[in-house]
Amino acid sequence: MPKLIIDGKEIEVMPGLTIIQACEQAGIEVPRFCYHERLSVAGNCRMCLVEVEKSPKPVASCVMPVSEGMVVKTQTDTIKKARRGVMEFLLINHPLDCPICDQGGECDLQDQAMAYGFDRSRYEENKRAVQDKNFGPLIKTSMNRCIHCTRCIRFSTEIAGVPDIGAVGRGEKMEITTYVEKAVASELSGNLIDICPVGALTSKPYAFAARPWELKKTHSIDVMDAVGSHIRVDTRGAKVLRILPRIHEDINEEWLADKSRFACDGLARQRLDRPYIRKDGRLVPTTWAEALAHTAQAIKKAQPTNMAAIAGDMADVEAMFALKELWVSLGSNNFDCRQNGSLLGAGGRATYLLNTTINNLEKADVCLLIGTNPRWEAPLINARLRKAYVQNGLKVFVIGPKIDLTYPAEYLGESPTILNEITQGTHPLSTLLQQAKKPVLILGENVTSRSDGMEIHQTSMLIAEKFGFIKADWNGFNVLHRAASRVGGLDIGFIPSEQGKSTRQILAAAKSGQLSLLYLLGADELDLQDVNNCFIIYQGHHGDIGAHRADVVLPGAAYTEKDATYVNTEGRIQQTRMATLPPGEAKEDWRIIRALSELVGKTLSFSNRHQLQQMISKKHAVFQQKNIVAVQGWVMGSGRVGNITPAPLKDAVVNYYMTDPISRASETMAACTAAFVQPNQQENKAHG
Amino acid sequence: MRFRETIKTFLLWELVKGMLASFRHIFRPRVTLNYPYEKGPLSPRFRGEHALRRYPNGEERCIACKLCEAVCPALAITIEAEPRDDGSRRTTRYDIDMTKCIYCGLCQEACPVDAIVEGPNFEFATETREELVYTKDKLLANGDRWEAQIAQSLQADAPYR
Repeated sequence: MPKLIIDGKEIEVMPGLTIIQACEQAGIEVPRFCYHERLSVAGNCRMCLVEVEKSPKPVASCVMPVSEGMVVKTQTDTIKKARRGVMEFLLINHPLDCPICDQGGECDLQDQAMAYGFDRSRYEENKRAVQDKNFGPLIKTSMNRCIHCTRCIRFSTEIAGVPDIGAVGRGEKMEITTYVEKAVASELSGNLIDICPVGALTSKPYAFAARPWELKKTHSIDVMDAVGSHIRVDTRGAKVLRILPRIHEDINEEWLADKSRFACDGLARQRLDRPYIRKDGRLVPTTWAEALAHTAQAIKKAQPTNMAAIAGDMADVEAMFALKELWVSLGSNNFDCRQNGSLLGAGGRATYLLNTTINNLEKADVCLLIGTNPRWEAPLINARLRKAYVQNGLKVFVIGPKIDLTYPAEYLGESPTILNEITQGTHPLSTLLQQAKKPVLILGENVTSRSDGMEIHQTSMLIAEKFGFIKADWNGFNVLHRAASRVGGLDIGFIPSEQGKSTRQILAAAKSGQLSLLYLLGADELDLQDVNNCFIIYQGHHGDIGAHRADVVLPGAAYTEKDATYVNTEGRIQQTRMATLPPGEAKEDWRIIRALSELVGKTLSFSNRHQLQQMISKKHAVFQQKNIVAVQGWVMGSGRVGNITPAPLKDAVVNYYMTDPISRASETMAACTAAFVQPNQQENKAHG
Repeated sequence: MRFRETIKTFLLWELVKGMLASFRHIFRPRVTLNYPYEKGPLSPRFRGEHALRRYPNGEERCIACKLCEAVCPALAITIEAEPRDDGSRRTTRYDIDMTKCIYCGLCQEACPVDAIVEGPNFEFATETREELVYTKDKLLANGDRWEAQIAQSLQADAPYR
């Protein structure tokens, strides 16, 4: 390992690192614009110049590899002068419009000009003027401000895998463009805004909304998908203005999917901010006391076998646990957290988790995707798979509809019966899987909602066992969930026991008029059209499908408005944090259920969040360890191959931008749908 | 010593001294002003009632950079902004709570476009507190009303800035 001296400090680093990385390890700051640790090195901004002994000129530290005995100086007069010079050149064509620039206050150029720049301008000539480009409904461009660091080009080609952005012209005439005028069609496009060191690419929905210094920043967890990305919720007053990613190397690195980032304007629209009761066919506003009394009366009236509860995709663990406790104390076994009708979750924890873990997906060499489109279901996991493809040539095979995954993939067909062929060894893939060192398979959770879903799940497990997916230090069997609430719900056992009814049975009973009471905990993806003779209670935060059909609406809190527990698809237990208060009279969900339990006469034995969380971790040991992924023991399956029907697997997500009540209420997501999804659908129709 | 003091007391000397002082001032120029009808001179740096200025073509100067809001030590300024129809950055709300304001002048120091200024007006007492919460319209109206004097003051002070 080479040893080198940086500013008189001796440090030993891994061979192959560049000087800037060595400086970072030594804790020495080197200014930079184009260098980014997750992107390839461009070396074009020249801001990271350092002096190296025996080198006649300053060298760009981001491209210079370290070598033994190097003596680096970052604070000499020459370097200070060089930085001032580079800064002056960068500012030649940069407009001095910081007061109207949204990046102002969090701008690398601004900060570095203050720290390393020359203190006055010597430039009198006219500045360059560049036409602004249209990057779509999410990204606002102001190309005069661009300093040509090319980070956006490198991000879109390398990380997002959508090589739409590039540069034309050279020198002063260089322009960043999408070549033909088109929106950047990537579900990771919001990261371009973060990655741009200046104000050339800024957020369109957030345009001119606020300054960074007036925002309250709350560290929380995202629930738009089951990845559980770490986010920072920026609020001013009672409004969530923007959501930014936080760095977590094992989950989202430093990226965030567009829906998670931009759907936050849906948090302010179509909210349920007071209780409602249906009177004469219309929902009328009422008080909490009346709504709860009405609900309690209905619950008391109903037979335990004829009442049911379904939890939706954004329900938190606390609320589901409280509801389960209430239902059990009432003597009912009809509750289900799998509103898509899946039957997953009966086995051990390893049968429904992403066991490989998101971080380890990078190390995989062969990947079999079964009925899942990670690009729409979990864009950050897709980014990891792409990383694995770029770094170690991951081979991807897909059973399911043809999709553009941003990396090459081989399509085996749409019928799940291919799985049987693979198990029997008659499929060409079988030999490849046999040879693979670190194979993974990812089963879309939505597949298990098919009538033969559990058979497909069984067969996938069999493949995993048969082809060495499961070793001492490697577990390649993965279920990719789409709903943030699902794993948490399965972990606390929010699924019916033997006598109880599952979602499918609940809905069937409701449609035949046998069910007398249905409690929807934020469940909005159900088909409630033909339900008759059933009292429906909807508890949730948005006036969506569930609330329209409800007889009582109890307003709950959205994920930015409560301290709640969610479990991501890896089985990582994480906490959201309250950034704003719930609107109007809305309350945290577990409080509503606790209040209701008192009126029903089955008072639950906790009265604050702490007691509730204690109870959860006492009953379910997995909740004792937060923020880590515990290794799950693998229990061998029955080895039985189920009877799989050849019906083709379908896309779980038709419109990535609208999958839940929050994103359906969001104007930004509607704009994205109009820009990205509808044109494609029309095109398909025209061709089909 | 005691004797002289006694004589002075009897001759009302202190009174005579006082009368003499008053008599002397009859011949000196007046220092008081007949206030509502007469006003003293103001420095161009005088910091009075706030105003939002416009460009000569009528376009408002304020670009919602929020530097005045950030610098205000009394937290008297509240600004909200969004893109205007033509895409330019403008405020939708610009409030100054004049009861909070300490007239330090930092807002006009911070303003990059000379939009918010403290004008020469100091006669804006009101009967209620509510009237002292200035809105954007009120501030712009102030600007229109005092523009001539404000422009003059700024010009007079410009060489020293």
